[in-house]
Amino acid sequence: MSEKVGVYICHCGSNIAGTVDVVELAKFAGELPGVTVSREYKFMCSSLGQELVAEDIQKQGLTRVVVGACSPHLHEKTFRRACAMAGLNPYLMQMVSLREQVSWVTEDKALALDKAKAMISGGVRRVQLQEELEPTPVPVNPNTLVVGGGVAGIQAALELADAGYPVFMVEREPSIGGHMAQFDKTFPTLDCSACILTPKMSDVGTHDKITLLSYAEVEEVTGFVGNFHVRIRKRARGVDEKDCTGCGICIEKCPRKVVDEVFEAGMGYRKAIYRPFPQAVPKFPVIDRANCTFYERGTCKACEKFCPTNAIRFDQEDSFLDLDIGNIILATGWDLFDARRLSQFGYGRLANVFTNLEFERLCNAAGPTDGKIVLRDGVTEPKSIALVHCVGSRDKTTNPQCSAVCCMAALKFGHLVMEKTQAEVTSFYIDIRAPHKNYEEFYDRLQDEGMHFVRGRVAEVTDAARRPEEEGKLIVQVEDTLVGKQRRLPFDMVVLMSGLQPRADAREVGLRFGISCSMDGWFTERHPKLDPVATMTDGIFIAGVCQGPKDIPDSVAQGAAAASRIQGMIARGTVMIEPVVATIHEENCSGCRICNNLCPFNAIEFLAEKSVSYINAALCKGCGTCVAACPAQAISGAHFNNQQINAEIEGLLYDAVRGNGGAPKPVAVPA
Amino acid sequence: MSDERFEPKIIAFLCNWCSYRAADLAGTARMKYQPNIRTIRVMCSGRVDPSFVLKAFSLGADGVMIAGCHPGECHYLEQNYKAMRRYEMLRHTLLAMGMEDHRLRLQWASAAEGNVLSAAINEMIEQVRALGPLNWPGLWSENGGHQAAIERLPHEHAEALEVSA
Repeated sequence: MSEKVGVYICHCGSNIAGTVDVVELAKFAGELPGVTVSREYKFMCSSLGQELVAEDIQKQGLTRVVVGACSPHLHEKTFRRACAMAGLNPYLMQMVSLREQVSWVTEDKALALDKAKAMISGGVRRVQLQEELEPTPVPVNPNTLVVGGGVAGIQAALELADAGYPVFMVEREPSIGGHMAQFDKTFPTLDCSACILTPKMSDVGTHDKITLLSYAEVEEVTGFVGNFHVRIRKRARGVDEKDCTGCGICIEKCPRKVVDEVFEAGMGYRKAIYRPFPQAVPKFPVIDRANCTFYERGTCKACEKFCPTNAIRFDQEDSFLDLDIGNIILATGWDLFDARRLSQFGYGRLANVFTNLEFERLCNAAGPTDGKIVLRDGVTEPKSIALVHCVGSRDKTTNPQCSAVCCMAALKFGHLVMEKTQAEVTSFYIDIRAPHKNYEEFYDRLQDEGMHFVRGRVAEVTDAARRPEEEGKLIVQVEDTLVGKQRRLPFDMVVLMSGLQPRADAREVGLRFGISCSMDGWFTERHPKLDPVATMTDGIFIAGVCQGPKDIPDSVAQGAAAASRIQGMIARGTVMIEPVVATIHEENCSGCRICNNLCPFNAIEFLAEKSVSYINAALCKGCGTCVAACPAQAISGAHFNNQQINAEIEGLLYDAVRGNGGAPKPVAVPA
Repeated sequence: MSDERFEPKIIAFLCNWCSYRAADLAGTARMKYQPNIRTIRVMCSGRVDPSFVLKAFSLGADGVMIAGCHPGECHYLEQNYKAMRRYEMLRHTLLAMGMEDHRLRLQWASAAEGNVLSAAINEMIEQVRALGPLNWPGLWSENGGHQAAIERLPHEHAEALEVSA
């Protein structure tokens, strides 16, 4: 045996040693072929434990190291570093998870020792075949792409731009601002939403480092961390941004009114040429071709006639922009749960049932009713309002998750109603969730202000009156779980606190950027606790609600966090690419092309002139699917090659009965 | 036969991103499961070459589990679907060879599903325990004639080639 293996068994205090006989295990390991040193130590991850490894590498000339300790997801980096410091290539170290996979999950001590022996034997066998690997440095382009111009994206873009790095912001709608721009007030401070957001929006619009691409979408993303190539489709605005001054005369003169389903949530109108709202950034309007008279009938052109700078371009076409980008932040936000799906609440059927987003627009001074809270007829002020919580949240038939913001938004609505009208407000809740700074105090305040609370999930909202006082009202049927009684309560207006949902096209977008979604459709972070803004794809970060429901402060924090991660990468200038990739040995490749279609990252190309396939190491993510598929075994996956895995299987089954009940047959010893 | 309870040996291939993390979580949450499972970390369930499974059986494993991310949640976007395809083919082949159904199992477990993984491990161990030892290597060496026939095969080929050449 040419390799000198050192085996280190960690006690982890009593976490491992309390269940596994570490002394016996180290003795067993010491007798395995190839092992020159076998030790056990109280805490391998301590600096003394690491020095133990380093010393043996230097003094005993170890060429391979096996550490039997916790999961490699915790301390693989630590021991790789310890090996590297002692001059051993870090990829010649293998960790065996004795804690998470043996001592913590096994009750019987004897069986735990047996399992630990097998696992160590697998590691020892495997490590001898491991190869030296070197990460490749690649340069990082300082340009960042921010997808989505809501508050999370705005924060991220400003952080990066203020640090002096170029940012490209792509927004699907004609203006940035996102959902926050639609709100009237923000909880629990009751700041005017627009007042705190619009200065940030105009900073984005005027920042010399930010290129704002509104009414645009990302079509295609290729490349890898530090070196993405992105193709952006700028949809035709019908307005030349160079000539337009944003005076708004075109909007004034346009004769065509359309219900605004996006910004006004269907509560108000806009023109066929429009800006979603007066403070829109950028200020340039957009012609809605589906509703413009000119595109329908070929006449009108009122906007063109009155435009003082001749900025209207009816013949404008979609244009494409190709950008070189180093890192990408996805801040694509959320969709509102469609309350029509829960027909028992009557939304869409009963006129005075509103969604929370509609109610935001009703409260908003810049909204369709100038901030007057009125019924659907536009004049009558309601005398009683019901707020129904958890519509499309905490509900196994729709979305099981808590949408995180609706309880606080309902409290905010309660305050606004009592401030603006004489109406009584009643909230129907399961639990009031108020976990952040000053939230619980806001809840207390609303209780003092006289908002009513009924604990119980609403069963039905109906207009079928049973008693004279219910005539002409909306009746909320609910089990009051604090009293333990069924109740029917009449109201003039019902507001459904619809939950937050992933964007309808989240999966498609995730696929385009090469990141994954959870089962319900939120983008998956690299680690749910310790790495909430990075994704499994290097160079792609997520911020805001697209990662999961959260409120404005959390979205802002994530936007800033993603930006700071990217600043670090740009400041360093290069990024190390993991060497765990697949390579094709040309001489063995028959050019069958079976592997070509297996790679979702398009890392495998077919070289027609040589009639072989080739893997672009920079694009390869190292999953190894092509390695397993190659019929000629011409592809090898670094750090997980066939020989290594087979050796590990042999090691794990070192004690399996081979032959007809006889002694274990020696397994072929790796060369 | 002894009265000793049969302790099967099961090899599990766990993908780095979901099921290995599920195993980590099961450990952190101290969910106890039976120790008859021995794990190998691979980057993706799509890395599991059917030959690894055959290798494990041929070296004396009584069962093999392949565990990966849920369909649609693969870290590598869609490679667990490839694992699924291979599993189906391999399962079909093994069944045709007369192997019992429960000896090969494909299990989805997300990083948050330590309980799912540990329950699946326990269930599989019980199923395989009920089936008894597989003893592939033993069966092979028992049937000496068959083994010799297999060893003769390449020579037969060589003769055939000589004739045609």
